[in-house]
Amino acid sequence: MRKYASVRTFRDQISFLLDRKAFTFHVISLLILGVIFLISAGMGEQFFSPWEAFNIILGNGSSFESLIVQSFRMPRILISIMVGISLAVAGAILQAILRNPLASPDVIGITGGASVAVVLFLAIFSNGSNALTVSIHWMPLAAFIGATIIAILLYLLAWKNGLSSFRLVLIGIGLWALTKALTNLLMIIGPIHQAAQANVWITGSVYGANWSNVQILAPITIVLILIAFIMTRHLNIQELGEDIALGVGARIERQRLGLLLLSTALIGSSVAFAGGIGFVGLMAPHIARKLVGSSFGNLLPLSAIIGAILVLLADTIGRTFFLPIEVPAGVFTAAIGAPYFIYLLYRQRNA
Amino acid sequence: MHVLETRNLTLSYGDQIILDQLNLTIPHGKITVLIGSNGCGKSTLLRSMARLLKPQSGSILLDGELMFKLPTKEIAKKLAILPQGPVSPEGLTVLQLVKQGRYPYQKWFQQWSSKDEAIVHHALQSTGMAELSNRLVDSLSGGQRQRAWIAMTLAQDTDTILLDEPTTYLDLTHQIEVLDLLFELNEKEKRTVVMVLHDINLACRYAHHIVAVKDKAVYAQGKPEDIVDRELVKGVFNLECEVVPDPVFGTPMCVPYGKGRLMNGVKKDVIHIHA
Amino acid sequence: MVLHRVKSKLFGLIIGVLLLILFNFLSIILGYTDITIQTAIDAFTNFNGSNEHIIIQDVRLPRALIATAVGASLGVAGALLQALTRNPLASPDILGFNAGASFSIVVALMLFSVSSLQATTWIAFFGATIAGLLVYFLGSIGRDGMTPIKMTLAGAAIAALFGSLTQGLLVLDETALDQVLFWMSGSVQGRKLEILLAVLPYLVIGLIIAISISNKINILTMGEDVARGLGQRTLFVKLITGIAVILLAGGSVAIAGPIGFIGIVVPHVVKSFAGNDYRWIIPYCGIVGGIFLLMADIGARYVLMPEEVPVGIMTALVGTPFFIYIARKGGKLA
Repeated sequence: MRKYASVRTFRDQISFLLDRKAFTFHVISLLILGVIFLISAGMGEQFFSPWEAFNIILGNGSSFESLIVQSFRMPRILISIMVGISLAVAGAILQAILRNPLASPDVIGITGGASVAVVLFLAIFSNGSNALTVSIHWMPLAAFIGATIIAILLYLLAWKNGLSSFRLVLIGIGLWALTKALTNLLMIIGPIHQAAQANVWITGSVYGANWSNVQILAPITIVLILIAFIMTRHLNIQELGEDIALGVGARIERQRLGLLLLSTALIGSSVAFAGGIGFVGLMAPHIARKLVGSSFGNLLPLSAIIGAILVLLADTIGRTFFLPIEVPAGVFTAAIGAPYFIYLLYRQRNA
Repeated sequence: MHVLETRNLTLSYGDQIILDQLNLTIPHGKITVLIGSNGCGKSTLLRSMARLLKPQSGSILLDGELMFKLPTKEIAKKLAILPQGPVSPEGLTVLQLVKQGRYPYQKWFQQWSSKDEAIVHHALQSTGMAELSNRLVDSLSGGQRQRAWIAMTLAQDTDTILLDEPTTYLDLTHQIEVLDLLFELNEKEKRTVVMVLHDINLACRYAHHIVAVKDKAVYAQGKPEDIVDRELVKGVFNLECEVVPDPVFGTPMCVPYGKGRLMNGVKKDVIHIHA
Repeated sequence: MVLHRVKSKLFGLIIGVLLLILFNFLSIILGYTDITIQTAIDAFTNFNGSNEHIIIQDVRLPRALIATAVGASLGVAGALLQALTRNPLASPDILGFNAGASFSIVVALMLFSVSSLQATTWIAFFGATIAGLLVYFLGSIGRDGMTPIKMTLAGAAIAALFGSLTQGLLVLDETALDQVLFWMSGSVQGRKLEILLAVLPYLVIGLIIAISISNKINILTMGEDVARGLGQRTLFVKLITGIAVILLAGGSVAIAGPIGFIGIVVPHVVKSFAGNDYRWIIPYCGIVGGIFLLMADIGARYVLMPEEVPVGIMTALVGTPFFIYIARKGGKLA
C-alpha cells in the first residue's frame, strides 16, 4: 500500500494529500475517545455500564437515569472535550509560531492573565459577606479579557523590527511571572474564602458545567477550530522558520499575529469555562507529533482528539475516584503532564 | 535581459551602513557568486535581494518591476531563497518538506493539485531525492539534507534561486555534490543561480559571473577568468597570492602566500613572505 | 559609567557598604509606627522595655538583617547562575527554585502536618535544591547542550509543574492555603532572628565559596571548551559553583519564601558599572542585592498602608519590566 493517497475533485479545484498511516491513527484515537465518553457517562455515584449509558443517551432510560446522564454528566463531558480540543490546538499553534516544542499556553502567561482577571473579578464583585454581587456567568468573560490583554501585551513587547519567536518565549515567561505575582497579591489582600474559590478555578476544573455553558462554548469552539484548520498550511510554513517562510511568500508577521490571536481565543474561551487546566497544550501536540510527524494537516486534528481524551480522562478520574471529594482535573493533567514533560526533555538528549 | 538588479541600494543594521548606494545587475540564466571577506555584507546583499531585509534606501528590481510593490507571493513564484543553515521541524519527511515549496501556488481547499504533484516529483528527481522522499529530514546526512532543502526551493518553480552559503558545514565531498547539483540545474533548466560562497576556488570553478564585495561597495565583477587575479585577491581579502590555472578545469585558482613547508625543488626566493 | 581603576572600584565598594548600613537603619525607623532616630539608638544602648523598643529589637531589626542577608545571597546566586548557565536571564526563581520550595512546604504541611518554622526551613531548602537540580539537568541535555532558551524554558516548565501541583493540593485544604499563602509570596516580615541564625552559616559558606572561585568563574564564562583548553577542571568548577548557588538560593528561599527577580536585576545593574570581572562582580552583587531588597521591603510597607505587600510581589512588579527589557535588548542570546 502506498504511504500517501492524493484526493482530488472538481478538476483539481479541491485537492489534498492524505497520509494513510495518519488517517488510521485518527480513526483509532476517535474510537478511544468514544469509549471513554461512554465510560465517563456511566461513572459516578450512580453507576451504569457503558452499554447502558449508550442507551440512556439515545433516550432509552428511565427519567431518573436520563436526568443524571443527560443533565448532569453530559454537559460536563462535552465541556471537557471542547476544552481539551481548544487547549491542544492552541498549544500546537503556539509551538508552530514559537518554533519551540516546549512552549505552551501555561508557560507564556496567557493562562496566567486569565487567572489574574478571575481573582480580580472575585475581589471587585464580592460584598462584605463574600457573596457575589453580579452573576458568576460574567466570570468567563473576565477570564477571556485577561488572556487577551496578556496576549496583546506579549505581542507588543516582543515586537522590535518584527517578531522573533525567541523574544516571544522569553517575554512570555516574564509576563507569566508577573501574572503569578499579581494573582498572589490579590489573593493575599482578599479574604481567605475568595482565595480558596479562586484557587479551585486557577487549578482548573470543569465542576459545575451545565447545558447553558455548552451552548455558549460550542459555537465558539467550532468556529475557532474551523479557522485553525483553514490556517493549516500557514502553520506548516511558520514551522520552517522566518527566512524560509518569507522566501516562499508567506506574510509571516500578519499570519503570526492572526495565529497568536486565534490561540488566545482558544485558550481564553476554554480557560473561561474550565480554569487553567495545565499541560494539555504541551502534551497533546507532542503525543500527536510522535505518532504522525509534524505536518499540520495530520498534527492538528490528532492533537485535538488527544487533547479531548486527556481532559475527559482527567475529569472523569477526578470526579469519581475519590468520592465524595472532587479533585480538579488540572491536578491530574499536571500530574501526568509533568513527568511526560521531563521524559520529553530527556528524550531530546538522544535526538 | 536582467532579472534582478539593484539601484542605489543602501542597506544597514541600525545606524551601521553595510552597503552604500549599490548598483548591481545579476545576469539572466547564469550562475553568479558573491564573494568577499567575513562581514563585508555579501549575505546581507543576498537577503535583501530576496526581500528578507528591507533596504534603507534605493530599490531592487525584479523583471523590471519594483520589488517592494510586488505581492510577496508573486515574488515567491519568480524567485526562491535558501537561507543559511535552515532547520527543519522534527518528524518531517522529505516529501512533506519539499511540498511546502508549493505554498505560493496553493489555496486552502487546493493543496495538492496534479501540477503540484508533477513539480514536486520533478524537484525530487532532479535533486536525486526521489528514493529518500519518505525518510525523515532529521535522519539524512548533511549533503542529503541540503539537497532536500534545494528540492524545496525548486518546487517553488522559479526562474531564479538565491542561496546563502549552501556549502557551510558540509565536508568537501558534500560541497562538490551540492555545487554540481546547482551547476546541473543551471545547465539543464536554465535557472538563474545566485549564491554566496566562501571558497574562491570553487566560486571560480562554478560561477559564470563573480561579484566581489568590499568596503560597502562592489569591488569588481565579471567572468572569473577576467577579473580574478593577484590584485583582486589582495584588494578584496587583503591577501598576497599567486593565481594559477586550475590543473583540472583551467579556471583561476588562488594559491596564497604566507608560511609553510617547502618541498624539494622549490627555491626559497620564489616565496615572498608577507608576515 | 564603568569604573575602571582598582582604586575607584574599591572606593565604590566602600560607598556601597555605607549605603547598605544606611538602608538598614532606614528599615528600622520607617514603617507603620515611625520611630525617631533617637529612640532607635536608645533601643540598643539603653533598652527600657517600652513597646517601641520591643518592636525595634524583635521586629524591625531582624527584618532589616534578614532583608540584607537574603538580598545579598540572591544577588550573588543570580550572578553565579548567569555565569554558570551563560544565560543573562537566569536567576533562582526563573530556574524553578521557588516553586520547588513552595511545593515541598505545602506537601510537608498537609501530608505530615509539619508546621514548626525550623522544620519548614529545611524542607524549603530541600525542595529548592531538588527543583534546581532538575532544571539544571533538563536544561543541559540535548544535542546542543545547555542553551539559555532551553534552560529558561525548563525552569518555567518545572515551575509551572510544581505550581499546579501546589495549587492542586491547596484546593483540597483551605486552612493550609491560609497558612502558606503569605509565605508563598515571599516576605522578610515576621521572621525571627533564630531562623536567620540557623541558615546563616550556609549563606556565609556560599558567599565564601563564591568569592574564592570568582577567578575561575572568569575563565568559565569564556565558554566551557575554552576553559577546558586552558586547563580548568570545568566539571569541578561547575559543581562547586552549583553548590554555592544551592546554598545561597536555597537558604534565602527557606528564610523568606520565593522572592523573585533580584537574581536577575542585581547582576545586570552591577555589571553596568563594575565591568565583567567576577572578582568585583560578586562582592558588588552582595552589597547591591542587600540594598535592593531593603529598599523593596521599605517600599512594601507604604504601597497599601496600613496593609503590607509581601516584598516578593514588590520585586516581581519592579523586576518584570526589567526582565522584559533584557529580553528585548539581548538579540544575541539565541
